[in-house]
Formats: sequence, C-alpha cells, structure tokens
Amino acid sequence: MSFAWAKPYEPTSPFMKWVDERLPVPRLVYGAIGGGYPVPRNLNYFWNFGVLAGLALMIQIITGIVLAMHYYSYAGGAFDSVERIMRDVPAGWVLRYVHQNGASFFFAIIYIHIFRGLFYGSYKAPREMVWMLGVTIYLLMMATAFMGYVLPWGQMSYWGAQVITGFFSAIPVVGEPLRIFLLGGYAPDQAALTRFFSLHYLLPFIIAAVTILKIWALHIPGSSNPTGVDVKDEKDTLPFHPFYTAKDGFGIGVALLIFSIFIFFLPYSLGHPDNYIEANPLVTPAHIVPEWYFWPFYAILRSFTVDFILPAKLWGVLAMFSAVLVLFFLTWLDRSPVRSSSYRPVYKIFFWVLVADIIVLGYVGQAHITPLNVALGQVASAYYFLHFLIILPLVSKFERPLPLPNSISESVLHGEKQESAPFGLATTGSTTAAPAAAE
Amino acid sequence: MVRIIGFFIGLGFVGVLLLSLIVNGVDSIKNPPPATAEEEFHLGAKDVRFASDGAFGRFDREQVQRGFQIYKEVCSACHSLKYVSFYQLKDLGYNEAEVKAIANQWAIEVPTVNPETGEPSTRKALISDRFPSPYANETAARAANNNALPPDLSLITESREGGAHYVYSLLTGYRNQQGYRNAKGQELLKEFPDVKTPAGLHFNPYFANLNIAMPPPLTSDGQVTFADGTKSTVDQMAKDVSAFLVWTAEPTLENRHRAGWVTMLFLLTATVLAYLAYRNLWANAKREVSVRGPLEPAFRERMNEQKAERGIAG
Ligand code: HEC
Repeated sequence: MSFAWAKPYEPTSPFMKWVDERLPVPRLVYGAIGGGYPVPRNLNYFWNFGVLAGLALMIQIITGIVLAMHYYSYAGGAFDSVERIMRDVPAGWVLRYVHQNGASFFFAIIYIHIFRGLFYGSYKAPREMVWMLGVTIYLLMMATAFMGYVLPWGQMSYWGAQVITGFFSAIPVVGEPLRIFLLGGYAPDQAALTRFFSLHYLLPFIIAAVTILKIWALHIPGSSNPTGVDVKDEKDTLPFHPFYTAKDGFGIGVALLIFSIFIFFLPYSLGHPDNYIEANPLVTPAHIVPEWYFWPFYAILRSFTVDFILPAKLWGVLAMFSAVLVLFFLTWLDRSPVRSSSYRPVYKIFFWVLVADIIVLGYVGQAHITPLNVALGQVASAYYFLHFLIILPLVSKFERPLPLPNSISESVLHGEKQESAPFGLATTGSTTAAPAAAE
Repeated sequence: MVRIIGFFIGLGFVGVLLLSLIVNGVDSIKNPPPATAEEEFHLGAKDVRFASDGAFGRFDREQVQRGFQIYKEVCSACHSLKYVSFYQLKDLGYNEAEVKAIANQWAIEVPTVNPETGEPSTRKALISDRFPSPYANETAARAANNNALPPDLSLITESREGGAHYVYSLLTGYRNQQGYRNAKGQELLKEFPDVKTPAGLHFNPYFANLNIAMPPPLTSDGQVTFADGTKSTVDQMAKDVSAFLVWTAEPTLENRHRAGWVTMLFLLTATVLAYLAYRNLWANAKREVSVRGPLEPAFRERMNEQKAERGIAG
C-alpha cells in the first residue's frame, strides 16, 4: 500500500484468483499484514506491542462473548452468576480468569505501546491521525474496563461505579441531573447494571472498528522506526510477512507465557479482595481503590484539595480528564522535528522523569491517604502537567538534537555513521557528513 | 495557539496543585493527624503454610476433611456456606454413601413448601443441595448475634487480604485486652484509653478494627474429636478449617495449577520454536540485503525496468 516497491498481490491458486477478482479481500489482507506491506527493517521489540494489543482485544472479545452466555445482568443475581461460572460451568474458571486478568494484560500492553510512541515520537507528522485514533482507543478501553468491572457486582464494582459516576455531579448545575440520567437512578442499581452490561458488550466492537481505521491510517506512511528517519528506499524495508510475522510469533509466545503466570498462578494478585463480597449499598468499603491501570488518574483526581474559584472536586475531575486529553495534542505541543528520543538528549531525560512520575502517581493512587502521600501526589500531578504543557514545548524549541543516521539501512547495515535530516527538513540527496558524535 | 493555551492550562493546574500542597502541608503540620489504635495495633496475617500455597499447591485431603468436620461441628451454627453443595464433598475423598449420610444427618434442614398444605416447611438435605444457612434471613442472623452478621464463609479466603492466613490468624488471634502490648512495647489501653472493647465484642488484633463480634469459636484443645486421630489443638483446628475454606472458595484450585503447568510447558515449547524460526528467517536480514521476496535481485530488476519505463530515475 504505502511504498512504490510494495509487492502487489499475486494469487497463487486459481481459487484465490477467482475470489480476488470478485472480492479483493485476499489482496487487502496481503497488503495489510502480508508480504505486501513493507516495514522498516530496524524495528526493535517495542514494535511488537501493536500486534499484541490486537491479540489482547481478540482474547477479551472471545472470552467475553462466552462469559456473557452464562452471566445474568440482574442486580440480585449477577454476583451469584459469576460464582456459578467459576464453580459449575465447565472450564468457566479459565474463561473468567482470562477475561479478568486479560483486562490488565491489555492495559499493560497498551501502556508499553503508548510509552513506545512517546519515546520514539510516533505522534509526529505524518502519523498524527494514527496517534489520535490510538488515544481514542485508549479512552474507549477505559470506559469498557470500568463498565466491565461493575458487572460482577461486588463491593468494589458497586462503590467504584458510585465514585466514577459521582464525577459528573462535580459539573455545576447540570451535573447531578446528568448523573441520575446516566445511572437511571440515584445510585447504581438494576438500571445501571443492565446498561453497563449492554455498553460493555458494545464498546469492544467499536474498539475493533477504530483499530481497523488506525491500521488503515498507519499503512499510508507505514510504520515508524527506532531511528525516526523516514524510509528512503527499498533497502530500508522488509516485507511484513514473513519477517515481522515471525518476530510477532515469538513476541506473542513470550507475552502469553507471562499472561499465563498470572492466569494460573496469581489470578487474584491484580484484583481487590473486596470484590469477592457481594455489593452492599449500606456498607462502604474501608478503602475504595480502582484497578491498577487507573491508579495514576485516581491520584490526580484526589490531589486537588482546595476550592480555588472552582470547587476542588471539579478541579480534580477536569485535571483527570485533561491528563488523558492532553495526549491528543502532543503533535502540536512537541514541535521538534526529530522523532526518536535516541537523538534528543534533553527530551530523553524528561521522558524518563515522566515515566518515574507516572509510577509515583500510580503508587499514590492506591495508597492510603496520609499527609505524605497526598503531598507526593500533588507534586507528581503538578509535574505531569508541567511535563506535557510546559516542559515539552520548551525543550522541543531549545534542544539541539544529535545527528541522525542517513538512512535506516545505513544505520542497520553499517552502523550509524552518517547524518540525515529528519522528516520535513530533508534536503534532496544525501550530504556527506561527519561521523555521529554520540555512539 | 495550542501551545499558548496549553501553557496557561498547565499553569492553572500546577498553580492549584501547589496551592493545595501548601494548604494541606500547613494544615497537617498545624494539626498532625492523630495516630489511631488501628494503625498502631492492627497486625498482619501470621506466617503459616498451607498445602495449597504456591504454584504446585494441592489440597491436603485429610486436612481439608478435618476442616470440614470443624465447619460442621462449630462454624455451621452461625455461618452459611451458600456456594458449596453436598455432592462436592466427594472431591475431598468422601464416597457417595458418606456424602449421602452427611447430607441426611445435617443439623439444619432445607426450607421447602409442604406439598399438601402449601405452608413453608423444612426437609432433610439432599446431596444436590447447597449447605443450608443457619438463619432464615439476615434479620434473624443479626438478632442472634448481637446485631452483627456472620458472613457467608464460601468466599471468605478470597474476600479478605491474606486469605487463609488471615482466617487462621483471626481464629488464633483472640487476646486479653487488659495489658495488651504491641511489638513496640506500647500498651494499648495506656496509649488509647478510649478504645476499650465494648460489651458483646471481643478483642482481636488481627481484625481490622480490633474488636470483632464473633466470640472465639475455637476455645479449647479437644473441642472436636478428629475422625483420623489427629490431636485437635486450637492451632491445629484453626489451620484445618482455614485449609477447608480455601477449598470452598476455589474448589478448582488444583485444576488451575495443573492446567497452568501444562499450558506453560506448551507455550514454552511453542515460544522456543517461534524464536528459532524468527532467528533463522532474520539471520541475514540485519547484515545484508535479503535475497528473498521483494528484495530478490530478479524482482528488483523488474521493478527498476518498470520504473525506467515510467521515466522515474533510480
Ligand atoms: C456464635 C456464632 C459464630 C460461630 C460459632 C462462628 N462465628 Fe465466625 N463470625 C460470627 C460473627 C457474628 C461474625 C461477624 C463479626 C463482625 O463483623 O464483627 C463472624 C465473622 C467471621 C469471620 C469474618 C471476619 C472478618 O474479617 O470480617 C470469619 C473468617 C469467621 N467468622 C470464621 C469463623 C470460623 C472459621 C468459625 C468456626 C471455627 C466461626 N467463624 C464460628 C459468629 C460466629
């Protein structure tokens, strides 16, 4: 699809030829994930995570469809039906553990995938749309995971739903009526459970649809790569199949091994014990915490504690949503034309500080509220916004990037000996330049 | 434009956060939060080992049977076990006749409807029944227990931090509050004179708020006479009933471990093969231009010809 040298589809059997002439799906697949998609030859293992995310989505959809055959979205019986799945449905416990831990598996992959994008500048031209569709998927995943967590109707399900839908009541005037409208009542109950189930079933298919758009958008410029240098000619690429299918096969094996450790040996390690207590609107759990993948956002939410012009709660909600939405604007916040942080000595440092910052936020998100934890959360939340909204634009303005390799094939085949200009600044013809300073 | 707006939004958030930091900081220095008795005196679960722990864990059937005996003779007076059915006891090594006898002789009968009069009534348990609850409903349960509700025990080891280790610690954790000291040597009633256990509750430092409504259920050695002759010390009974409650929470635990090892072995083999295939395929790709597929010299020549025809250089 993307490059002039992409190999066109040539049916090998009369049958495929027959099909291809009438419905060119074989051609589509070949161009998307077959030999017809040229991929930079220097991708490292971080590029495995896109395919892994697709795998995780498929696992969730398949196990979810089967679980839905046994689950009842009835507030008086949802908890019991999950226990029935665990105890009486043949292999039900496997399905349930896979699906429950599968959400964590999916998020772990997505987080690595997102940080890969941040490090290697995958949000920059010409891949802005790919990035924004990715952020959309991330938002949809959060909604799906939240609603899925409500379905077993345990204590954390119930009180999590109470807290999250409570965000809406922070909005002035319309907030409270809106919350009641969304829940179908004053508190989570039958109406909320049924609609959450319905939407939890729907959203993964929307995620799948956005994923298709995302792959489509990706195949126009083609995959990025660790040098961030554009593909210049055929020597820079390898066909997706068999080279990257083989590499992804290995990646899938490793990922499933790690996943299996959790499913079979640590199935409770990522959940909260309170969710094995049936929902009870009269008993508030001592310590309401969301699942680990929401901890950093929960920390940001809780860090706003003073009413300054707006009520503290509204600040918290606005900040929490902004923390995700800021990702949509990265392309415009980071003006550096160099994509890969390997050639951005200053940004690279801030990237790792950001990673540490988000880990601190995650810690604070699940910790007990003590003065020290609150202070830590406030500093870390402030840094989060400082990074994206202030440091990033400034660094990209003043930083002097290191010399880039001339081309991908050169960096792979002969070591990074020659410079090249980044996207948009490329001068025609390669300049012979001094050896790279940093190695 | 995006950068300017972003800059001000960023300043706004950072400003309010710093304000929050200062306000909270000053506040917590001026009025440091008081230490609570729970913080200072609550204990984490004791370190015990159960046969079901770890990746190779399996149930110790004899121990779980002893634990069932304790549930039957002690705990079932107050606690239900609603997700477990009598027939499942076969998994513990009881035979069909034994399970039938257990169900038939169960002290609590199962609610039913009198087929002649339609009046509510009770009947003897069948092996297909779940364990019947000792109380008709929550109100009855509370009325009998000083307004506390004895929780259903089927999932207790999953619904508490520490699982079976916690249950064991709780059962063996009752102490005399008078003169009780923690590891730091602080005396509870000296430090917190007003946390004295109210009447009807029992001091137990393993319970989250230190005072539990359950009277110590296992009080003396020999309370239960084990069928297999094991000496029934309080410690032994507590351990055994905890092991039983691991089973009730997850009767499929052994399947899970077994299936886990089979899956791991399969995946490991598949992954090694996938790795070898990958290395084999890539052996030359990094070092020199591959001679397969579209990079094949013949193919490239054809491409170049096509390009030349179309008048594109290079
Ligand atoms: C006299 C009735 C009675 C008997 C007998 C009894 N319990 Fe309890 N149990 C209670 C009550 C009441 C509570 C609720 C305590 C509370 O919430 O303060 C309770 C709570 C518990 C809890 C939950 C503690 C928590 O973390 O919330 C466990 C575990 C427990 N019992 C185990 C047992 C075991 C095991 C036995 C048998 C050896 C047993 N109980 C026998 C009345 C009883």
